[in-house]
Amino acid sequence: MSKSMIKCQCGHENPFGTVLCESCGRPQTEEAKKSKTVDMRYEGSARRSQTYQRTIVDKIWNFFSSVKIGVSIIIAVLVTSAIGTIFPQKLYVPANTEAEIAAYYERLYGTFGKIYYNLGFHDMYNSWWFITLVGMLGTSILIASVDRVVPLYKSLKQQRTKRHPSFLKRQRVYGDGPVEDADASLKKAEEKLKQLRYNVKVEDGAILAEKNRFSRWGPYVNHTGLLIFLGAILLRGIPGFYVDESMWLREGDTLEIPGAPGYFIESKGFIREVYSNEDDEIFGKALERNPMIDKNFQTDVALYKKAEGDLPGQTDNISLVKEYSIIVNEPLTFDGYSIFQMDYRTDELKSMDFQLTDKETEQSLGEFTVDLVNPESTYDLGDGRIVELKDYYPDYAGFENGEPTSKSPLPNNPAFFFKMITPEKPEGEISFVAIRQTVEADENDYKVNFVSADTRNISGLTIRKDRTLYILLAGGIIFMIGVAQGSYWNHRRIWIQKGENNEMLIASHTNKNWYSLKREMGQVKEHASLPSYEDREDKESDKEEEEGDID
Amino acid sequence: MTKAEQFAKKRKRRLVIRTIVLIALLAAVVFAIATKKSEKVLAIGDEAPDFEIVDLEGNKHRLSEYKGQGVFLNFWGSWCGPCKTEMPFMEKQSKEFKGKGVHILALNIKDTRLKAETFRDQYKLTFPIAQDKDESILRAYNVIPLPTTILIDPDGIIVDIITTGMDEEEIRQAMESIQPE
Repeated sequence: MSKSMIKCQCGHENPFGTVLCESCGRPQTEEAKKSKTVDMRYEGSARRSQTYQRTIVDKIWNFFSSVKIGVSIIIAVLVTSAIGTIFPQKLYVPANTEAEIAAYYERLYGTFGKIYYNLGFHDMYNSWWFITLVGMLGTSILIASVDRVVPLYKSLKQQRTKRHPSFLKRQRVYGDGPVEDADASLKKAEEKLKQLRYNVKVEDGAILAEKNRFSRWGPYVNHTGLLIFLGAILLRGIPGFYVDESMWLREGDTLEIPGAPGYFIESKGFIREVYSNEDDEIFGKALERNPMIDKNFQTDVALYKKAEGDLPGQTDNISLVKEYSIIVNEPLTFDGYSIFQMDYRTDELKSMDFQLTDKETEQSLGEFTVDLVNPESTYDLGDGRIVELKDYYPDYAGFENGEPTSKSPLPNNPAFFFKMITPEKPEGEISFVAIRQTVEADENDYKVNFVSADTRNISGLTIRKDRTLYILLAGGIIFMIGVAQGSYWNHRRIWIQKGENNEMLIASHTNKNWYSLKREMGQVKEHASLPSYEDREDKESDKEEEEGDID
Repeated sequence: MTKAEQFAKKRKRRLVIRTIVLIALLAAVVFAIATKKSEKVLAIGDEAPDFEIVDLEGNKHRLSEYKGQGVFLNFWGSWCGPCKTEMPFMEKQSKEFKGKGVHILALNIKDTRLKAETFRDQYKLTFPIAQDKDESILRAYNVIPLPTTILIDPDGIIVDIITTGMDEEEIRQAMESIQPE
């Protein structure tokens, strides 16, 4: 026989590390033999981790199998997660380069901010060591569970109905004593236990009544749910599983949707509505206090798709998928993506109306409109009058080296070089026109006047896709099933067996809710006139119960 | 088979299973870290994503048609200072390298067509300029700052990504590096 096996007196071979014989329940260790009650965790079976300590693989395995290590990892994950919330994460810092980010933390949070940045806490949840920690947590959950659930399952499956008296004597609730008719008592006990919906096994003058064994699997079901949850989060890293992007879309523009290659979205218009008195008189008072209460944010869009296999930049094979009005909580959905209305900006300049005027007579020689999004270069006003747009600076920021500059491509402060051609001045006059500013190289006879402007709105949209959502949901549901299974049901076992002469032994065990177990035992005892027993860890409760019975 | 043999066999199987499980878990963690890090950015050594675009003159350019030749792919905007500075240098070097199989392709971002044209005329640029109107090429190359220059060798492989403005010598060296032999 192998050294790694312990042979019990009953003949059963138990793996090394076994506390209670898998078969008869006799204590196997010196400690267990001496103790009055036994530790029934994992049925006194050998946790697999304790079995071997040979190779490096076994050592790593045993490390993760330890509950102490598991709890330490959980604490480490909790603490690091909490630290990550002290200052804003990198994602929410308005800076692009690493140097800017570093400066940001130091400027706002002083020395602590600097330390925080240098330790890498500013990007906690993406750091390799945080992910490693979560990975270790998953490993610990998996290995610790496997190491316990397998032996527990085996020993519960192998348990015999008839146990050795030394096993029964070491249970928390135990009693023995003579009865009038042992066989009759056994029969009656069986009857009552069945009525109490126990699974009753009878063998050679012994009864094993068992109930709700499945509640023992609760923690492992729960851990399975957690592992599915962690696995789903892992899947988010695979392209196509998870998208969380945002974009600004101007009215009239068509852009490729970030995160959804091959799809384009055009804004046909952004609408912001506020409540008015005509809507409903009920709101009258509220509107008096605050006249601008938003009613609706809406972006009317058209979704286009590029033909399969077309390259970026190719736009000749674009086809309309659908038109839709995105409002808050009613996203545009397609191909697993959802596009939400998130934000808006109003009144960006879109076009400007100008007038060509004769300076002397102040007379208008015709009007024209410059589209700031897609300006044309010539504007024919008729009668030989032509205005040419020679250059355009959408965000004019003054002159630099004798040349106007624009600080962005957005029409925040448009400026124009116009060439005004009239029959009187066929070679044309040059005029630089900005808001509230006109610069002329020579004294001109004509000028371009600003008349009015048209604006457009910008929609802030968020693009989401989460293929892992249902996996996360399944993980969550399994987790909760496990919690319920382990919390609302208790594994109860009652052993009743004949001893020497007319003596009867009675013992019981449950993983929780001893009160209910003892109540059920009380009913069985009464019905089958069994000997009295006591709860050796809570003697007071027995007395209270007896006093209660007198009442 | 004796009990001891059985036991040894069982232990061996267990060792194999444990090793596999531990390796699988380690692989999962490595995968998680790798996917977090990369954030789908193009890197040096990657194949340059193909694209097709029509330039201001109406000529079609498809990157894959430049196979066997070097492509100096420049993303620019008229309002961006360093873009303006490097443009005359690019113009000069594009003429130098034209017969040597290196081409400049300049993609304008966010400007109006009029502005792109006046800019071209102002700097007398002769290399093809196209407007990435829907920004799909910008996205495919994951370009963030302007100017960004992507150097694509004759095999269509990205050999460098430069996210700052360059002086004339740097541009010359860049073009030399993608010159076909």
